Formats: sequence, C-alpha cells, structure tokens
Amino acid sequence: MGTGRAVAILLGKELRGELRSRELLNTTLIFALIVVVIFSFAFDPTAAEARRFAPGLLWIAFLFAGTLMLNPSFAREQANDTLQALRMAPISPFALLLGKILANFVFLLTAELVLLPVFAVLYNVTILPVIGRLLLVIVLGTFGVVVTGTVFAALASQARMRELLLPLLLLPVLAPLLIASVEATAALLNDEPALDPTWTVFLVAFDVVFFTASWLLCEHLIEE
Amino acid sequence: MELQIESAVFTAILIGCAGYAALFIAPDESTMHAIQRIFYFHAPVAWAGMDAFAVTFIANIAYLATKRPKWDWIGVASAEVGLVFTTTVLITGPIWAHPVWGIWWTWEARLTSTLLLWLLYVAYVMLRKMVDTPERAASYAAIFGIFAYLDVPLVYLSIRFWRTQHPAPVVFGGAGSGLDPEMSKVFFFCVLVMHCLMVILVRQRYQLERLRYEIHEARLAAEDYAARAESFPAVPKEIV
Repeated sequence: MGTGRAVAILLGKELRGELRSRELLNTTLIFALIVVVIFSFAFDPTAAEARRFAPGLLWIAFLFAGTLMLNPSFAREQANDTLQALRMAPISPFALLLGKILANFVFLLTAELVLLPVFAVLYNVTILPVIGRLLLVIVLGTFGVVVTGTVFAALASQARMRELLLPLLLLPVLAPLLIASVEATAALLNDEPALDPTWTVFLVAFDVVFFTASWLLCEHLIEE
Repeated sequence: MELQIESAVFTAILIGCAGYAALFIAPDESTMHAIQRIFYFHAPVAWAGMDAFAVTFIANIAYLATKRPKWDWIGVASAEVGLVFTTTVLITGPIWAHPVWGIWWTWEARLTSTLLLWLLYVAYVMLRKMVDTPERAASYAAIFGIFAYLDVPLVYLSIRFWRTQHPAPVVFGGAGSGLDPEMSKVFFFCVLVMHCLMVILVRQRYQLERLRYEIHEARLAAEDYAARAESFPAVPKEIV
C-alpha cells in the first residue's frame, strides 16, 4: 500500500474514533479554557497589561493543551493492543506515524481555533485584521508541537508514569518553538502589526528539522 | 585495571596543577581581580560538559544504527557525566555573576541554553530509567537524545535573537576578544584537565553499566535454567 493511501486511512480511523466519542477534543478545549481563565486570576489583567502578556498566555494554553491531548494518542492503542495490529499491517512505520501526527494536528488546531475567539474576547485583543497571518503562525507553531509531541507520546506510552513523563520530555524541547511563536504572535498583536520574518523562518526551520528527524527515526520508534 | 587507577591518579595530579595554575600562575584580571579566577574552572567544565553531550549524541546515533548495547552504555554514561558538569556550571556561574553583575541569574542566551540543556538531559536519563524493557529503553532514550541534541542549536539561536547579557565570547570570539597569552595557556591547560576528568568519569560509568547488563543477562540465563530444570524433575536439585 502506498504511503499516501495508508496515511489517509489511518487519519480517517483516528478522526472517526474521535468523532464518535469527542472525549479528547472536549477535554482539551475545556482544559485550555481553564488555563486562560486561571491566568487572569494570577495576573489581574488591565487592558494594557493584558496585551503585553496575551501572546505568551495564548501559547502556554496551547502547549499545555497539546501535552494533555497528545498523551492518549499512543496510550489509547494499548488497551486492546491495537498498536500491535497496526505494526503488522502492510504499511510503513512512517505512514503510521504520519497518520497519528496529522490526526493530532487536526485535533489540536481545532481546539485552538475554538479557543482563539474566546481568548480574544476575554483579553480584549483585536485579532480580526491580522487573522490570516495569525493563522499562519498558529499553524506553523502547532505543527511543531504536534510532530515532536507525537513522537514523544510514542516514547512515553511505553514508560511508567507516562502522563507525567510526556510534559517533562516535551516542554524543554519546545522552548525555542514557544519563544518563536510568542514573539511572532506579539508582533502581530502590536499597534503596527507585522509578520516577523525572523521568527516565521525560525518556526519553519523548527518544523522541518523535527519532521525530518521523525521521518528518519520512526522505524526505531514503531518497532517491536 | 591497573591502568585505570594510574590514569585516575594522574588526572587527580593534573587537577591539582590546574588549580595551582589558575590561582597563582594566571595573571590578575584588571577589573574583576580574584573572582575572575573562577573562569578557569567554570568555562573548562562547561566545555567538557558540552563535549560529553556531543558524545551522547554520537553514541545515540551509533546505537540506533548498530543496536549494540555498548553504544547505549556510552550514551547514558556521557549524558550523566555531562549532567554533573552542567550542574557545576550552573552553580559556579551565579557565584561569579553575583559580585560582577550584581545578580545571581539572568535569562540570557548562554545561561538559559545551559539550563534548558540540563533539563533536556535530565529528561533523557529519566526516560531511560522509566522504560522497563532494556532494549526498548535504549532505543527510546537514543531517539530522545537525538531530538534533544538537535534542539540545542535551536534553543541557543532562539534565545540569542531574544535577549543577551553574558560576556561576549572571550575565547574564539572574533575581533576584540581574546585572552592574555599567559591566561590563555592556563585556560587551555584547564580545558585539557577537565576533559581528562570527563573521560575518566564516563569510562567508570560505562563499566558500571556494562556490569549491570552482565548481571541482568546472567540472571535471565539462571531463571531460564531453573525453569528448564523444574520441567525435568529427574535432574538433582543441587545442580539448580
């Protein structure tokens, strides 16, 4: 079976599973919302202050939501040992990983897109005039989170204390991505909004580096 | 075995010499005076620590390519030694920074990168411990180690673009930087000594890991033998 077709089938399987229960999306979304709300208690945002730390807060909420959401992506397969079945299927390990990555990408992006307007209202941030460029930054950042996160979720799924281990592995690796996403978002929410070329290129570089690494190493990740 | 003791004693003597050179031979620095001498310890330890992580990276790749356990042992040995060195850097840094900058810590490129590097390799060591099957622990730790090392230049660049305060690179820093020739001799001697120490510690830790592996294998073999002996009751119990 070709990689493209295998990926499409796996993506379909993941999306179908999620659409039936909607557990993952609902939990993630509510969790991200709680992070945003809790933050306002910790920092008591006035309008000016809020604008200053809003980009950081937004990305912290995305990252936390991501780490929470990525955990089940491989752990879920263990209940009925379905990963074993996937390994035995005539598909490449890369197709298997890519299917998972794309599914997680769709989930996390959906959660983010729902959260974004709520966040804009709660923190009085104007996003409509820059929505196109903001989406570009969000897509690039989310892809980086999801690529590394899916690989690490596979690593953590075989470990003890996996729910705790995943953020421990993922968050330090995502530090440069967090800086780049926050800075790029901050440049868009400024008084003179502009797409920062340095940080945009940096985000692309991050995505390319880790996507290539995942592609090269996936064979060792999904072996038995 | 004897050679090991000799090289350890030799390194201990070298460390003594390096300490003497840093404290008494190196010339006084014109603005910072005595506190500057921690530089002969701080920077060489940092270099040796970084090199230990580079060894981990190479060992990680070699492990995934060959699947020979010895690369896993080298990987974990150098990661742990690198962690000890990085911890030392993170402790000696603030000791120097407080009198000179007036603050213990600042979120600047090299400090922040070092701290993140430390966190990354703590995660590496923890992951390797948390996975139960030894072969799987080795492969998974190797995959994470490669991701972590690829992250290092990105971490450094991102924080570099973001903010910076550390003294500009003094050694190999381009025009305007550079050490007094006398300082430079002492400095590179200290770098050499710290690398010797790093290599010796990695070697010890490697041997420990090898012994652990051998015990594990021996135990598996013994269990296997006992299980087989049980299924053939005719074999006298003494042999088991």
